[in-house]
Amino acid sequence: MDATKCHLDIRDAISKLCSQFDSSYWQTCDRENKYPKAFVTALTKGGFLSALIPKKYGGSGLSLSAGAAILEEIHKSGGNAGACHAQMYTMGTILRHGSEEQKSKYLPKIASGELRLQAFGVTEPSSGSDTSSLNTTAKFDGKNYIVNGQKVWTSRAEHSDLLLLLARTRPITEVKKRTEGLSVFLVDMRELVGKSLTIKPIKTMMNHSTTELFFENMPVAPENMIGDIDSGFRYILSGMNAERILIAAECIGDAKWFINKAQKYAKERIVFDRPIGQNQGVQFPIAKAYSKMRAAELMLRQAVNLFDQGKNPGEEANLAKLLCSEASWNAAETCMQTFGGFGFAEEYDVERKYREARLYQVAPVSTNLILSYLAEHVLDLPRSY
Amino acid sequence: MKILVPVKRVIDYNVKVRVKSDGSGVDLANIKMSMNPFDEIALEEAIRIKEAGKADEIIAVSIGASQSQETLRTALAMGADRAILVVATDDVNQDIEPLDVAKILHAIVVEERTDLILCGKQAIDNDMNATAQMLSALMGCSQATFASKIELAGEKIKVTREVDGGLQVVEVTLPSVISVDLRLNEPRYASLPNIMKAKRKPLEQKEPKDFNVLVKNRLEIIETNEPAERMAGIKVSSVDELVEKLKNDAGVI
Repeated sequence: MDATKCHLDIRDAISKLCSQFDSSYWQTCDRENKYPKAFVTALTKGGFLSALIPKKYGGSGLSLSAGAAILEEIHKSGGNAGACHAQMYTMGTILRHGSEEQKSKYLPKIASGELRLQAFGVTEPSSGSDTSSLNTTAKFDGKNYIVNGQKVWTSRAEHSDLLLLLARTRPITEVKKRTEGLSVFLVDMRELVGKSLTIKPIKTMMNHSTTELFFENMPVAPENMIGDIDSGFRYILSGMNAERILIAAECIGDAKWFINKAQKYAKERIVFDRPIGQNQGVQFPIAKAYSKMRAAELMLRQAVNLFDQGKNPGEEANLAKLLCSEASWNAAETCMQTFGGFGFAEEYDVERKYREARLYQVAPVSTNLILSYLAEHVLDLPRSY
Repeated sequence: MKILVPVKRVIDYNVKVRVKSDGSGVDLANIKMSMNPFDEIALEEAIRIKEAGKADEIIAVSIGASQSQETLRTALAMGADRAILVVATDDVNQDIEPLDVAKILHAIVVEERTDLILCGKQAIDNDMNATAQMLSALMGCSQATFASKIELAGEKIKVTREVDGGLQVVEVTLPSVISVDLRLNEPRYASLPNIMKAKRKPLEQKEPKDFNVLVKNRLEIIETNEPAERMAGIKVSSVDELVEKLKNDAGVI
């Protein structure tokens, strides 16, 4: 199906919703480093963040293509879904690996927005992409798991009630493979913050509400473990394809925003008595950015389709994330150059979107790690790390 | 009470319209189409009246090419209860003229026994501003156009109209046709659950002949042109010069 015609009704509703949050709204949030609460509330109330939760748990039970359409439209409108996109997909780990009891306890409240699950504690200061070397431990004391350690780059922790946490339940020395011995917990942070859990915001070059977490003898009840003990690593991996595809959709939205913005400006801005867009030096990069965006979008569509058919599109999801994030960054560069000095002025939004778009070269997975995946798993080259 | 809301599929108001090179009309190929914004306001008002417990059912109607179905689905997602699509042409470029639209709507009003017809004051594509008035004439009922406020009280409706000199308040008795203006309300966006529900709401498909109406264009479009490009302004150095320019160049004083 034509990518732009997919979920037209949903795209339409999102673009209307987003039109209520104009560029001055996003500029203010950015300037004051403020969480875009009104925007997130509108999306939650509209039921858009629970699109992927099955109907029996109060969501709309839609396929990933709907989630991708929602996030793409948000970014295309000039907004940013980073403040809440994880509410859409973090629940996937509970959905796929949680017990029926956990699902019926948490999913309906996540669907209604009463409970926010949009914090994901995996990365640690000493373990970035090398996830399995993490040092946070969870030791059973006969009653609870006692968590000690530290996480970093846990986004939205201050705006989430629940945290999905990966911790070591069996020491690395006692397991055959380093990916074993890790377990996933669903932590209700509301009762723990300020006691055994400390959340420390990290100032960054963009408004992304990211934090550091410190656990000091933090108790987690055994019934909050998701799936089997020591098997958590593969539960986390199982959500990666969806995450990569959804982030790729945001990148495509960004790319479309940048291209649209550059295209309009190039037509309007008159220098030397003619629109700057009449110069090939200006129009060719825009045309090139457009072609890269369209090509990346095709890969995204293929990944979405395979995912929705129940396949395991590891290759396509990684390719989509790689190509879409490169396309959006290329479009960002082109847009900035087209605007010249004005691109640096806050009022045009280009500098804000530029800073935001840069993130997706690095997170949630770095470009190099995708290349390593492709080299090792698709091209059968020796593992490089 | 049943409310009928006619909705038209038009070029999205954000799209910059382009005239076809042969001047026969505007280019609709690959153009985003949406519900006429004034119709959206009329529908929002109908939904608010229903939410206030003063109406039982909202019926959305669209008359045009079969693609108008998308517009009706949007109406259903916003809150209409059911929809009627009257396929009057298979050519998306053909505009069904106000009189034919009014005749079809009249037949639907009679069949559905609707007391209140809420519609946009005009469609943003051809700006005719005629259907509401024609429909009211065909029905032989009251009309209130350019509504910026609508207050229901039993059989009476107090309507504040935006007229050239300011605001005019009129009272109409049901049945009535009310056309709405821009400042009446701010239409809602559909929620995801409502978009999903809308897919299962009834959408009946009809043709003009079902209502004994023969769709026949009475107007011939001779030429379509781009509006004249705005010329750049000039700076004047004194009040005297301004007065001189207004008198002699612009000829306005």
